[in-house]
Amino acid sequence: MVEFMDRLGVWIGAILTFAIFSFLYKDNPLYKVAEQIFIGISAGYWFIYTVYNILIPNLFNPILTNFVSQIHLLVPAMLGIFMLCRLIPKIDWLSRYAIALVVGTTAGLSLIRTLQSDVLNQMRATIMNPFAGANLAIILGNFILIIGTITGIVYFFFSKKHEGVFGGTARVGILFLMVCFGAAFGYTVMARISLLIGRLQFLMGDWLGWIN
Amino acid sequence: MKRNLPLLITFLVGTLIIFAEFIPHKPFGNLSGGLETWFMIISGFAILLGQLNLIKVNTIKISRKAPNWQYYIICIVSFAAMVIAGILWGTRDQTGILKNSQGVVSWLGLKPFDYFFKYFFENLSATMFSLLAFFVASASYRAFRARSLESTLLLIAAVIVMLGRTTIGSWLTGWVPESLTYLHIPQVAQFVIKYFQTTGQRAIMICAGLGIVGSSVRIILGIERSYLGGK
Amino acid sequence: MIMKLFEKLLAIDRRIIFILIFLSVAIPLLFVIGFKIEVTPEVENVYELVDSAPKGSHVLISFDYGPSTKPEIQPMAEALIRHCFRNDYKVICTALWPMGVQMCMEAIDEVSPDFPNKKYGIDFVNLGYKAGGLVTINLMGRDFCSAFPTDAANTPIDELQIMDGIKNFKRLKFIIGLSAGAPGLKEWVQVGHDAYGIPLAGGSTAVQVPSLSPYVNAQKQLTGLLGGLKGAAEYEVLINHPGSATKGMDAQSIAHLVIIIFIIIGNIGYFVSKKNEKKIS
Repeated sequence: MVEFMDRLGVWIGAILTFAIFSFLYKDNPLYKVAEQIFIGISAGYWFIYTVYNILIPNLFNPILTNFVSQIHLLVPAMLGIFMLCRLIPKIDWLSRYAIALVVGTTAGLSLIRTLQSDVLNQMRATIMNPFAGANLAIILGNFILIIGTITGIVYFFFSKKHEGVFGGTARVGILFLMVCFGAAFGYTVMARISLLIGRLQFLMGDWLGWIN
Repeated sequence: MKRNLPLLITFLVGTLIIFAEFIPHKPFGNLSGGLETWFMIISGFAILLGQLNLIKVNTIKISRKAPNWQYYIICIVSFAAMVIAGILWGTRDQTGILKNSQGVVSWLGLKPFDYFFKYFFENLSATMFSLLAFFVASASYRAFRARSLESTLLLIAAVIVMLGRTTIGSWLTGWVPESLTYLHIPQVAQFVIKYFQTTGQRAIMICAGLGIVGSSVRIILGIERSYLGGK
Repeated sequence: MIMKLFEKLLAIDRRIIFILIFLSVAIPLLFVIGFKIEVTPEVENVYELVDSAPKGSHVLISFDYGPSTKPEIQPMAEALIRHCFRNDYKVICTALWPMGVQMCMEAIDEVSPDFPNKKYGIDFVNLGYKAGGLVTINLMGRDFCSAFPTDAANTPIDELQIMDGIKNFKRLKFIIGLSAGAPGLKEWVQVGHDAYGIPLAGGSTAVQVPSLSPYVNAQKQLTGLLGGLKGAAEYEVLINHPGSATKGMDAQSIAHLVIIIFIIIGNIGYFVSKKNEKKIS
């Protein structure tokens, strides 16, 4: 029976795969059905995992087993319920308290972490001796890193009109950015093709058994 | 009360987190740790809010017989099936309220929740995203043109990366002698990625980072209030 | 004549392009070519980091992705777990995406038959999913037990032998983030490495590689990075265990070649028509 159900599952997977692929021909009811199953199952999955992996171990269990020492957890429990009040228009303002705490925490932590990792450390990585390279390619690369970063930042500075020397620098910056976007496009193609490979490995392997 | 108290909470919480970063000792360290635990739990409720809102919106569409309303029934049924399966029989790691799920596992091979995940969700999710492979190919054919200096640079970089980051690049230029290694496509791609791509992304990262820092300060000080809604 | 040919080519139905892409992926999967896979320094750095820890070291792998990117990241997960098991590390698995929990167990299921002596709770553990991204990682770094009082199966972590002495990030030899978006590797860089100083490497979808590449720098915010299917295939080469990524690389290469040919034809057509327009005017 298990083997049959496993095989049935593979067939269901194959049918659903074709249902989604049918969108490539044109939008159709089969695709819409598959799409809605996807949304519903996805939401159900998140729901169950949130309850089992967060609310039970981090909230309900500590409160039920050790109420006195964990009494402070009643605050996020209450704020969590406030958050759900967003569904009821008359009292949706209550959710603001929960949102305020979430936004405040995120803002405080993001400020520090982003400043350190994305601003200061990136600047530090750019401030270097360009001639400290083992060969010509590295030295050239170091110059590209320094010039590209500075001109790129200049391009994103919109408080001053892009004209004269400033405009010229910004123009150099956009050229660097274009090469960067081109590389990013190449990577995007790679990623999408990989996902298609995964699908065909399923269809031709698990379903049809043509490949291992 | 409805507006000023949330602003005060944001200010106090944001300031406390920043303080705790520089003075990680009592009481700041403990308070900050407690806040982070609260944050995680409230985030859990926020996720539930998302799911419940989806059901609410779909129910409204069905009751009003909006266009294609029949499909929204499928969404709700799928959601209910997943949630009921999870509650009754649990998941691979968790026990459901029926405790013993041996019976169903003995003929299904997996718990129903995991069966839905493996055969329905995994396939739907992977296929949905793999559709983009076709559209990206079509877009490359129809819209990727060397119309200007900028778009030419974009195109050349894309082609170099596409060739260099696959095995085809080394196959095409594998014959190049070692003295001319800089003509080897994977090497060229590596150079483009390591220097040109990094420099562009670094400029974006620094500027976006400054933007995030600015926004965070505005939020903590109560200048930016849009997250509280319009009422 | 040429003009008409290109006009026709440029106007072909997009569904023909779809079929060509489908075939360019399907055929190399059926008939293996076996192109050589060259290893890049970023991948080699990941390998060296993973290989350098002493036996019995505690390492953390975070599964921050789902089935939508499984073809790219799952081979990395399997190869990394295999490498860690070979070197007798204690593998602690976490997830910032709920689907990551299932991805983790699927990867372990795939690898563990080759390591029958590896026991759950002693050699590896799946701590499950937590929401909150950046904030939750920060909490883990401060106090592991506050974020994960239990594993994914609700066993208190005090009862798990593998978690003995693991109060925060301090005793971790390195962290590996497997990421398909946010929260993911970026957050691990910001907290795991930059705030707590733990050596960090990772694997990501190819789409994410550009935005993560600035972190691969002299400060080793990221020691190395496995990028997409190619990164996974390179790692499989390094651990000498070809898997699904290696098998998929032929298809990846041919499909790319076809797309490049599309771009070339599209551009030749564009220039021919532009030249013709000039002649007419």
